[in-house]
Amino acid sequence: MMEIKYHYFPLYVVVELKYLSIYNGDLPVNEITSSWYDEFKTSNYGAIITFVGVVRDEDNISGLSFDIYEPILNNWFNNWQEKAKERGAIVLMAHSLGDVLNHQSSYIAAVCSPKRRVALELIDEFVEDFKASAPIWKYDIKNGKKEYALDRSTKIKGAGLLK
Amino acid sequence: MVKVEFLGPIKKEPIEIDIKNLNELSEILKKDDDLKQWLNNSAVAVNDMLISDRNHSLNDGDKISLLPPVCGG
Repeated sequence: MMEIKYHYFPLYVVVELKYLSIYNGDLPVNEITSSWYDEFKTSNYGAIITFVGVVRDEDNISGLSFDIYEPILNNWFNNWQEKAKERGAIVLMAHSLGDVLNHQSSYIAAVCSPKRRVALELIDEFVEDFKASAPIWKYDIKNGKKEYALDRSTKIKGAGLLK
Repeated sequence: MVKVEFLGPIKKEPIEIDIKNLNELSEILKKDDDLKQWLNNSAVAVNDMLISDRNHSLNDGDKISLLPPVCGG
């Protein structure tokens, strides 16, 4: 007996937008910021602020490299999402893993909020706490070698517990 | 047994040891000269939650992570 198989193809593929995304290498800034804007411009947020971090050419580096510990980064980000929600806002973030060359982007953060003031305050707090707490490690790429950027790094709150 | 992992620039393979709390872990890790500098500036997480109490008790199968100073962005 001949078996007839029916295949159903969905007309629309719904791609869930991730609020926190990790990319290998440099960030496709236009693609990311456009997708965020397109996703949220109809959500009645009156203020959408995007912060784009770009690798600067300094101290003879050719770029930066990043390690990330995703489980704690996810916890950290989810806490921020809760804080933003209490103020009627949302936070978005994209970050690079691995090498990012000078003049490329490694970090984008955004806040969408009904009100301007909340958005301006949140983007400041969100980016500053990111620098102080997010479990990401930075290395300078110099002459093809990676050097941990200890002098520009911040101890996480509670550091030295085992000393 | 608990698993201890060393994140980011520490560059050390994970170890498995039989300990009951973070005080015991501190005593063991202090004997490793390569780790001394990292113990001064690293934060500690147990099962991916940051911990601030050295007396924090540990259970079989716990995952402990050492997190050196960070710099994202």
